[in-house]
Amino acid sequence: MTIKEKQQEVIDAFSMFDEWMDKYAYLIELGKDLPLADEKYKTNQYLISGCQSRVWLQAEMKDGKVILKADSDAVITKGIVSLLIDIFSGHTPDEILNADWDFLDKIGLKEHLSPTRANGLSSMIRQIQLYAKAFQIKNNSN
Amino acid sequence: MTYPIDKIRNDFPILNQKINGLPLVYLDNAATTQKPKAVVSRLSDYYLMENANVHRGVHYLSIQATEEYEKARQYIADYINAEKKEEIIFTRGTTESVNLLARVMAPWINKGDDVLVTAMEHHSNLVPWQEICRERNARLRIVPINADGSLDLNFLDKLLKPTVKLLAVTHISNTLGTINPVKEIIKLSHDKGVPVLIDGAQGIAHNPVDVQDMGADFYAFSGHKIYGPMGIGVLYGRETWLRRLPPYQFGGEMIEKVTFEESTFNVLPYKYEAGTPNVAGAIGLEAALRYVRQIGIEEIDIHEKQLLAAATSQLEQIEGVRIFGTAKEKAGVLSFLINGIHPYDLGTLLDQMGVAVRTGHHCAEPLMDTLGITGTVRASFGMYNTLEEVDIFIKAVKQAVKMLR
Repeated sequence: MTIKEKQQEVIDAFSMFDEWMDKYAYLIELGKDLPLADEKYKTNQYLISGCQSRVWLQAEMKDGKVILKADSDAVITKGIVSLLIDIFSGHTPDEILNADWDFLDKIGLKEHLSPTRANGLSSMIRQIQLYAKAFQIKNNSN
Repeated sequence: MTYPIDKIRNDFPILNQKINGLPLVYLDNAATTQKPKAVVSRLSDYYLMENANVHRGVHYLSIQATEEYEKARQYIADYINAEKKEEIIFTRGTTESVNLLARVMAPWINKGDDVLVTAMEHHSNLVPWQEICRERNARLRIVPINADGSLDLNFLDKLLKPTVKLLAVTHISNTLGTINPVKEIIKLSHDKGVPVLIDGAQGIAHNPVDVQDMGADFYAFSGHKIYGPMGIGVLYGRETWLRRLPPYQFGGEMIEKVTFEESTFNVLPYKYEAGTPNVAGAIGLEAALRYVRQIGIEEIDIHEKQLLAAATSQLEQIEGVRIFGTAKEKAGVLSFLINGIHPYDLGTLLDQMGVAVRTGHHCAEPLMDTLGITGTVRASFGMYNTLEEVDIFIKAVKQAVKMLR
């Protein structure tokens, strides 16, 4: 599936929730299921700043695709980062860098986007883009 | 007389709104309090009808604004029972008050000297002293706390030595709610010749403050934590101290006479008020203190302690709750964690249910380190909160716990 198709899936899933509670229950479930990053990556090197909860985000290149792994000590934050990983992990740096992020508005998570918000959604997005950019530069120089 | 809760709530229109379709329950009063209509209309009257720069005009409005500004200073002096209005320095808030004092005291602090702070200080009453000590090669010593969140007074007594230049201690802990026995602490310190700064950011709003009775050399507080405007605060300093200490910033009202070669500085309190002051803030703060006095700070204190007691006993019923700060003398603040639940998750879900709390380290990271945690959820009460709101808060916590477990 393309990034766009995956985003549409998430938008469809969220559109079924009328109540805030269902939306958060879904995020919490996602958070509980998140394939944890290996303990060895839960270090300051992978810690994203700007989050009240701690978020570790790690990336590697496999067959030209960016593989993202993450963990957080807060379950809602884990749900949010899990959503991002489901969508963006397994795509090329170009695909990630060309992707739209407006699906976050459509699922009502825009409130989390302001840079002062404690979960640091914007920091996560920036970090994913930074990883993609770094891999892209590395690819081009090879 | 019964506590006039309906009248009070009516005076704070902000409380009468819905978040996500649910009534707002504002329990973040330790961060900032809401403003009654009386304060906002005082600000609005000032700007619409009375605005002028102070102390320098020959015209009617300037003279009137100067009078109002100085009347506010007098009112605040009376409110905290300062001996003279010249002992009231207007600042931007507690943080600036502490920074002002740290800066002007710096020349008194030398290599080998100590400055004492406590383990429960807000960053604003810790970092300025840390910086001055670093600059002056002095030592910052920390007075520890007991398991219940009260201050270890025996340890304080041991630390009080002739090398100590100042003790900076909070009146009420913004994280633990502990009310420190400031009168006793000041007596201990003065017996050893150590002056004391009290951080009254929380203290001012929860109990009567009488700087002469407690014996404080300095007392700092913010307007916005006692139902007044943001951007105005006070540094009270005993006159003998303020006369000895040098000026802080230079220019504007604090000047007496200037030539290109040298300048001489104005008398107290203007020596410490460079530039155009926050006149509206000062008179808005007076309006806030008048409002509080009309309700009665003792009555507010009793009301808030009822809320705190009810919230504490109901919260304790929830499985896995840990309350931080269980000192006998406690006010305003309920800091807690629930086993296995991150404070951010709990705070986020409470927000969805209309309940405003603070989560995180509450600008007291060293205290969090001492407690071995990274943060808490903090509910803090104000004069307008109700027992019904405590019930909503507890129900919301239970609902959130159900979702998160």
